[in-house]
Amino acid sequence: MKVRLRNPDRELDLAGGRRVREVLIELGIDPDTVLVIRDGELLTREERVSDDDRLEIRPVISGGAA
Amino acid sequence: MKCRRCRRPAVVEVRRHNAAFCRPCFLHHVREQVRRAIARHDLIRPEDRVLVAVSGGKDSLALWDLLLELGYEADGLYLGLGIGEYSARSGEVARAFARSRGVTLVEVDLAREYGFDVPTAGRRGSRSTCAVCGLSKRYVFNRAALEGGYDVIATGHNLDDEAATLLGNTLRWQTEYMARQSPLLPSEPGFVKKVKPLYRVSELETAAYAFLRGIDYVVEECPLVAGNTQLRYKQAMNQLEQASPGTKAQFLLGYLERAAALFAAEDRSELRPCERCGQPTPGRFCAFCRARAQVLGERLEPVTDRELAHESSEEVLPAEVYGPAAVGGRPS
Repeated sequence: MKVRLRNPDRELDLAGGRRVREVLIELGIDPDTVLVIRDGELLTREERVSDDDRLEIRPVISGGAA
Repeated sequence: MKCRRCRRPAVVEVRRHNAAFCRPCFLHHVREQVRRAIARHDLIRPEDRVLVAVSGGKDSLALWDLLLELGYEADGLYLGLGIGEYSARSGEVARAFARSRGVTLVEVDLAREYGFDVPTAGRRGSRSTCAVCGLSKRYVFNRAALEGGYDVIATGHNLDDEAATLLGNTLRWQTEYMARQSPLLPSEPGFVKKVKPLYRVSELETAAYAFLRGIDYVVEECPLVAGNTQLRYKQAMNQLEQASPGTKAQFLLGYLERAAALFAAEDRSELRPCERCGQPTPGRFCAFCRARAQVLGERLEPVTDRELAHESSEEVLPAEVYGPAAVGGRPS
C-alpha cells in the first residue's frame, strides 16, 4: 500500500489488510489531526484498507506535519 | 461507522460530539455550527457587506464558501505577503475560488503598496517574521475594509486556533488580550467590526468541509512558520483532546460563556489617529507604521514607554501567527 504524507511530501510502502486506525498508530499520528483520503474519498478510522490502495494522509493542523 | 443523522456510511468522525456523519449530513452539521455562532453573537446581519480575509488555506476558503452558502454578500481580500512560491500558490487558489463562485476578490500586494514584503521585514526589523506578518494583515484588512465600505471583516480562526490562543494568553496571564478574545470585536471609530464565525468548528472539520466541497486549498504550510509558539500550544491541546475528547471546546466555549466577562475591564486602551496614516493607535504612530519605518530605514519620533511595553508583548501574541488575525494594531 502506497501512503503519501504531506508537509514535507514523502511516500511510504506500508502493509494493507487492516483498519485506518492501525495504520495511523504505526505512523504515530493522532487521527484527529489528519484527513485520510483514498480515491478522492475521506476514510474514517474504522475503514479497512488493502495492499493495492493508495492513501494520502493530509495534516489539518496549521503549522503541522504528517 | 454509520452517520448519526441518517445511518448511511460515515466519512467524517467528530469525536468531541461522539458522532460520525456522511457527506451531506456533515456539511449540514458544519453549516449549523456556523449559523449558530452567527446568531448567538449577532456576528453578521443579513444586510451587511462582509469582507472575508482569505489566505488560500482551508479555513478562510471554507469560511468564504460557508458565508456564500448561507446567503451573505461576501467579498474576499487577499494580501500578497511576498513569500515566494507559497504566496504565488496562495494567490492562485484564492483567485480560482473567486472565479468559480463568481465573487469579488480584492487584492493588496504588501510590497507594491507599502514598500516591503514579509521575509524582508523579518530580516530587517526587530519583530519576528510571524509578528510582522500578523501586524501587516490586521492593518491592511482594516484599512481595506474601511476604504471599501464593508460592514464586517470575517476571519477564518477556528476552534483549535482560538483554544491555542487562549491557552497561550492564560499561561502568561495576558489579561488585556484575554479581554479581547471574542468571536466578535464590535466596530469602533477607525475599526471595522471583526468576527470569527468558525470559532465553534475544529480544524479537522474545516479541512474536511473544504475537501468535501471540492475546494482547492493550499495544504503546504508557510515556509516561515516552523517552530512557532502557537503550534506548540496546539500540540499540547491535542494531547489533552486525544485523552479526553471535548476538552478544547470546553476550554474555549466555557471561557466565552462564563469567564470572558470577568476580564472585560482589562481592555482599557485609549486610541487616537496615527500621526503617519490616521489609523487608530494608543500612541502617536501605529505599530504598523513603526514597523514599516524600521524596515525601510525611515525615521519616526521615539515611541512612549507604554507603546514599547505594548510592542514587546505583541511579539508573543499567538494569534498573530496564523492566517488573518485581529483587526488594526490592537491585540486580539
